[in-house]
Amino acid sequence: MTKINELFQEELKIINMGLQSFNENLKKQNVKTVQVDWEPPAGGNKKMLSWLDKLK
Amino acid sequence: MVQERIEAANKKVMEIILNGQPTLLDIGIAEEVIPGMTKKTILHAGPPIKWGKMSGPMKGAVTGALIYEGLAVDEKEAAKLAASGEISYDPCHHHNTVGPMAGVVSALMPVWILQNKTYGNYSYCTLNEGLGKVLRYGAYSDEVIKRLKWMENLLAPLLKQALKLHGPIDLKTMITQALQMGDEGHNRNRAGTSLLIRELAPYIIQTKFSEKEKIEVLKFIDSNDHFFLNLTMPACKCTLDAAKNIEFSTIVTVMARNGTEFGIRVSGLGDRWFTGPAGIVDGLLFPGYTAEDANPDIGDSVIAETAGIGGFAMAAAPAIVQFVGGTAKDAVNLTLKMYEITAAENNIYKIPALDFRGTPTGIDIRKVIETGILPSINTGIAHKDPGIGQVGAGLVKPPMNCFEDALQAFVEDLETKNLV
Repeated sequence: MTKINELFQEELKIINMGLQSFNENLKKQNVKTVQVDWEPPAGGNKKMLSWLDKLK
Repeated sequence: MVQERIEAANKKVMEIILNGQPTLLDIGIAEEVIPGMTKKTILHAGPPIKWGKMSGPMKGAVTGALIYEGLAVDEKEAAKLAASGEISYDPCHHHNTVGPMAGVVSALMPVWILQNKTYGNYSYCTLNEGLGKVLRYGAYSDEVIKRLKWMENLLAPLLKQALKLHGPIDLKTMITQALQMGDEGHNRNRAGTSLLIRELAPYIIQTKFSEKEKIEVLKFIDSNDHFFLNLTMPACKCTLDAAKNIEFSTIVTVMARNGTEFGIRVSGLGDRWFTGPAGIVDGLLFPGYTAEDANPDIGDSVIAETAGIGGFAMAAAPAIVQFVGGTAKDAVNLTLKMYEITAAENNIYKIPALDFRGTPTGIDIRKVIETGILPSINTGIAHKDPGIGQVGAGLVKPPMNCFEDALQAFVEDLETKNLV
């Protein structure tokens, strides 16, 4: 059995980054998950990012 | 490099803030001690606002102040005078002053006088009136005016005499102790008030006032857990004022709300205000009130968070989390989040539950924009109609556009100077 298949034989503990809905779907299937509190810098607002860049 | 200039300026600002030594000196009468105060000046909380744009509690407090000053006999006359153009409205912050909720200060009101001993600058704040129907929440009935007169004629003169006997009080040490005793310095002031009573009581007893008057004063202070708030606020104000107008600094030196707008000022951007609509407080309402009753966010008390206490020190005050809605774990998480947007950890204000880590201090507008994390503020909720008072307490955030507009202005300033 390959290592990856071994992994899926065990209880999965998942760290989810990004979309919260992925985390919620896993939770509905009783999978243990941790949602990382992360957002892209300046929420992805290009104008704000350009201003921040100017200060670097 | 512009980044190096900013970092150097912010380092200087943080040194000034952390080295501040707020000290209670005396009590005076507003028109005699506050710079620029006149008989017809009304100071108010938050950024500048005209009578017509004021919210209910702010209008109520102005009405009460005009009656208290003897400039109007009733609500009708006060409203006419308030709208006449004869009254000069100005933010407390333009006069080295801060005021909780409506923050209204008029000529005859007694005020605490504080000095930042390290840098020499002063700050002022009225004495706290207690709970229930009070001017700062927009109440102006006879009982409110009568209490204000009692404060002017007995409370302030007696405390002034007690302070003279005691000498200056080091408020930084007292706030530090209060944080170790479960206060966060904005919405919970029980420990601070207790410490103040303990400090002043032996001197109150030695004043020349009658036994009955001394008992009245001690009972009044004891009946109001927020009595110390009106000392914490000017302590934060004189600490932060020393750090204003430092070129290239991105650190926030003022956050304040007038019940209509929320405003911030940034050290490197001079005296400019950056404003947005005041938010609705997310919290618990007293029985009998609904969200419909709540006024938008109001008051200068957010100077606490600006200086690194209040909501930023929430982890120090697990006893309050049920009052504002939440759990002890939420309180810790809230404080931890504030480290993401601040420039330093406080060298004196420490949090026992975080292994005595210093409170997150010095909001950097760059970090707010980059992380999307807004400052978290503990606050009371005023009824939207004048005369009713406090209807709850909770947490609130400033509008993001204040920080976005400040960042834009900062970049534009640098462009004007050909630095970016």
